[in-house]
Amino acid sequence: MLGPLTLLLFCQLAGELIARLLHLPVPGPVIGMVLLFAGLLVRSLLVRGQTDGADVPMPLQETAGGILRHLSLLFVPAGVGVMVHIHRLGAEALPIAAALFGSTLLGVALTAWIMNALMRRSASTDATTDAGPAGEKQ
Amino acid sequence: MSADLHEIWVYLSASPLAGLTLTLAAYQAGLWVFEQFGRRPVLNPVLIAVLLIAGLLTVAGVDYRTYFDGAQFVHFLLGPATVALAVPLYRQFHQVRRSALAIVVALLTGSAVSALSAVGIAWALGASERTLLSLAPKSVTSPIAMGVSEQIGGLPSLTAVFVILTGIIAASLGTWVLNLVRVKDWKARGFGMGVAAHGIGTARALQVNEVAGAFAGLGMGLNGLATAILLPVLYHLIFG
Repeated sequence: MLGPLTLLLFCQLAGELIARLLHLPVPGPVIGMVLLFAGLLVRSLLVRGQTDGADVPMPLQETAGGILRHLSLLFVPAGVGVMVHIHRLGAEALPIAAALFGSTLLGVALTAWIMNALMRRSASTDATTDAGPAGEKQ
Repeated sequence: MSADLHEIWVYLSASPLAGLTLTLAAYQAGLWVFEQFGRRPVLNPVLIAVLLIAGLLTVAGVDYRTYFDGAQFVHFLLGPATVALAVPLYRQFHQVRRSALAIVVALLTGSAVSALSAVGIAWALGASERTLLSLAPKSVTSPIAMGVSEQIGGLPSLTAVFVILTGIIAASLGTWVLNLVRVKDWKARGFGMGVAAHGIGTARALQVNEVAGAFAGLGMGLNGLATAILLPVLYHLIFG
């Protein structure tokens, strides 16, 4: 618990430092995520000479799983900020509600639909070139 | 007696304890309602917790800043949690590599459509410029969205509210809309939730399926990067 938590904070700290030193517009935690990902890759390449994603150290996996299980809790404090903007939200209720509902549902649907269509296409070309069971089960 | 109560009140509003306890208690109340009534996505625990806390603070006459002084410890954990998304992502790495092209195309389209349609709809219905600029980055995780909002002249705290509302909408209605367009693949479903609705969409996807969760985390991270880089550029192109 303690080791993995330190590792997560360390990656975040390194990410913040990199973002500031290089003046990147990307927030530190996102760079930290890339660093941890790269670290896991390098580790498994060094230790086993291959990567199949099946070798995350157990303590890290448990800690990460524990935090992510309650990921949506972490958004509550910022969400309560709704009370500060209640007047603007009331005055522009229609455009804001329409924009949020419309764009969010469109975004979810379109992104998933495009990805699904493209994956199917490449899966079917794989299947015809390999003539094997390589096509993914959808 | 009332002097004692007053002293206790002063202590509580100065210490982070009350805000922190309130946040955890309200979220658990939200989870309880969600579980009790058949895990219906519309009964989103975040939504319930936010409404409970905002209601209580308003009744008690406590301002948001005082509450946030305590609740910021929960808020802070967003950082390590974002880093932790590397783990499910890594576990799905072989799948990610196989669908690289689909990921890139879906990401760029989804990112652009989410931002442009939000601004377009609000503009058509007569929203103010401040609101429009605060809406543009609403699909990405709050630390990124707030930074971008500030850069292009929106209100970061208003953007944070839009970000959370976006997440709640996707978590509540995402399953329905994904069934409507008949996408069954977990990777595509998760990726759509992550790109359009960041961490709350990811939390919902993780609840449903691990592969969907990993791809949602990927979509959230990638759209964070894409929006942080592209939106300021786009803004300068349009508004000079």
